[in-house]
Amino acid sequence: MADVNAKFSMNIYLCGVGGQGIGLLSEVLIRSCMEAGHPVKGVDTHGLAQRGGIVASQVKIGARLFTPRIPPGEADLIVALERLEAYRGIVAMLKEGGTVVYYDTEYQPIGVRMGRDQYPAAEELEAAVAARGGRLERVHLEDLPDPRMQNTALLGRLSSLGAIPGVSAEIIENNLRAVVSPAALEANLEVFRRCSHAPVASQG
Amino acid sequence: MSAFSDSLIQKEAWSGLMMGNHALVRAMIESGVMVVSAYPGSPTPEIGEALLSVPEEQRPYHFEYSTNEKVAIETAFGASINGHLSACFFKSVGLNVALDSYVQMPLLELTGGMVVILGDDPGANSSQNEQDNRHIARRAYSPMFEPGTPAEAYRMFKAAAALSQKYKILVTLRMTTHVCHAREVIRFDALPQHDYDWTPRYNPPHYLAYWPITSNVFPLKRKTFAKLAAIEKDACSSEFTEEWAPNGKAPIGGRRLGLISFGIPAYSLLENLDESGASIDILKLGITYPLPMERILNFLREHDDVLLLEELDRVFEPEIKSACFDAGITCKLHTRTEVEHLMGEFVPHRTWALLSALWPEAFAPRMAAAPAQEKVAPRVAQMCPGCGHRSAFHAVRELIEQEYPGAITVADIGCHTLGSLEPYNMGTVLLCMGHSNGTAAGMTIGNSVEKVGDKARPVITFIGDSTLFHAGLPAIINAAIYNHNITLVVMENYTTAMTGHQPTHANGEYGDKLNIPDVLEKCGVEFIRSVPAYQQDAIKDALREAIANPGFSVVIAKHPCMLKFLREKARKLARQKVMAPRS
Ligand code: SF4
Repeated sequence: MADVNAKFSMNIYLCGVGGQGIGLLSEVLIRSCMEAGHPVKGVDTHGLAQRGGIVASQVKIGARLFTPRIPPGEADLIVALERLEAYRGIVAMLKEGGTVVYYDTEYQPIGVRMGRDQYPAAEELEAAVAARGGRLERVHLEDLPDPRMQNTALLGRLSSLGAIPGVSAEIIENNLRAVVSPAALEANLEVFRRCSHAPVASQG
Repeated sequence: MSAFSDSLIQKEAWSGLMMGNHALVRAMIESGVMVVSAYPGSPTPEIGEALLSVPEEQRPYHFEYSTNEKVAIETAFGASINGHLSACFFKSVGLNVALDSYVQMPLLELTGGMVVILGDDPGANSSQNEQDNRHIARRAYSPMFEPGTPAEAYRMFKAAAALSQKYKILVTLRMTTHVCHAREVIRFDALPQHDYDWTPRYNPPHYLAYWPITSNVFPLKRKTFAKLAAIEKDACSSEFTEEWAPNGKAPIGGRRLGLISFGIPAYSLLENLDESGASIDILKLGITYPLPMERILNFLREHDDVLLLEELDRVFEPEIKSACFDAGITCKLHTRTEVEHLMGEFVPHRTWALLSALWPEAFAPRMAAAPAQEKVAPRVAQMCPGCGHRSAFHAVRELIEQEYPGAITVADIGCHTLGSLEPYNMGTVLLCMGHSNGTAAGMTIGNSVEKVGDKARPVITFIGDSTLFHAGLPAIINAAIYNHNITLVVMENYTTAMTGHQPTHANGEYGDKLNIPDVLEKCGVEFIRSVPAYQQDAIKDALREAIANPGFSVVIAKHPCMLKFLREKARKLARQKVMAPRS
């Protein structure tokens, strides 16, 4: 159990594209925060979860919680499943000095495919995070067995970064076991371990 | 059987993380609910998921998805007057569909008790409006509870069921989207022993007791008004009428300041007070119809300035202001002043802005952040890759562009509503479930070669199978009988896809009795063609024929929902080596 400091609080903003598995990501994260001894509240803030729309989930930890809502520009940590959504999250939600961990994959929205809108390059994310004095972590596995494991890869990186105090690799593994279906568990644990043990700079 | 469904029916008290919608199901089971009915719609579908997660033989309740909200509420009503505690749930605008029956029910003795759960949607996250159903409960005389957190939703459902049983009156529990979808640790009570006696106990004291017609309505209304008066007293002493003084109650600038609110906005205010440290207290309402007026007036008497913060419409405001007038209250009652404040959710940064405009000394005004420099590409929802609707829309669009440039297309509710967006832009008028063929009928009137020559324009409508049986049939029958010159494209996908693949009454989970062409034929439709949604040329041919046919014509574009099909296939083949996203 981590020491629950009465003053400690953290706002975690999760985002991605409908169908990428944000529900599982937030479930595992919330449970892991709880297991680490943090009081926690969460809320899914997207309407229609499916059909490739934007999905977002907000998680707040700390001793003084009243609502699970994170005000704009107040996220200490953004965990994004896709590059454009990471960019959107940074621009709308990132706090000065906050951390962003994103899986570098691309789901182009219609405006981009029709040549009307720009899809952001990794450099643009870097610039946006730098402008806010933050830190950007890119996650990408060339040989990821299935795109539906991108969320697990992110969980691995979060644990190797020690991004959330007290939320250890062991705790996340426990909660993956509790939440992931038995048939899919082993493959997910493998991806998780690879990402949680690997030295931070060597992936992708 | 999963750990989740285990926990829903666990006998011992426990405490754990739960989403608001799921917590309601534990509350139903603790209350001894025997019949639950629903029509799927955001933000409530997770209630159905949780109900269905308990294996059928272990369910103490019967649960069914009805054809529409009206049937759902009637089913729960029938169970209740038969002596069984019942519950019913649907989305905010679902109440409009159920309204004809809903408004009668609070006049009648619901002997078993009954709670209607509404998923209201401030912020219009997943609905076509953000209608405030607090009005409607009043119009129907149904007492209302409004939780602001999942834990409150759990406790309030149980209190609502108990109140409903005590007064034999229909009680409404108004959830909002982000109470439904919030997650927090909840302490659940032990499961009480219920006897689940299914004996039908419909025993009206008089043959007119459930017959609200003409002068018979007045004794029923008198009885309901007496119940409401008693419930108002209960509301005054209810555990849900709370006074919070997180920072004490010292006057500020010589004035005693207070807040009155409910639901999520009350928690936003509490968060603001925690940050500010201002010694302002809150009267937090839980039973919001009838309002606990004596408590409200007392609170106002004890303060010099009070802000009444409602979310969406001004519903409590006129009631409280008129009570203040009668009681000669001198407290300054502040309310929202701007049109923008009548829309959207009151999340903490919005309530802070309101408070700082009113009491800047206690809530330092915050500079609005400069708009970000970066331009971020918008993303709108899209139909899934491989969805049959895509193919059908593609064919219709191409045909219209090439051969019927003036054609008018009318949308309905479902996944295919997304066809209105790019790249198809098919179906550009939208009201609600089942509206398409009614609206289209009006657009065909006078719109004929005889009357306007080559200015006549074809009218094409779209509807899915679940919506067709929900509210589509009356307009279809009407169009068939009057032979309105509409070309209807039925997008048949054998499921209720948009809200997470609940079964539809059309062919699918319930067998093959409701064959859409047969049903349409029986409804008087003479021109019916069925084509696979993937055969573009066949769709175009059928449409040409349908448009040329004077009168009501139907083309059925068939394709199973791709998302559902792929998921089922993955499940069946047990190939799912990865974690599936939860919908
Ligand atoms: S859920 Fe089914 S019907 Fe809806 S867009 Fe996806 S494939 Fe089409």
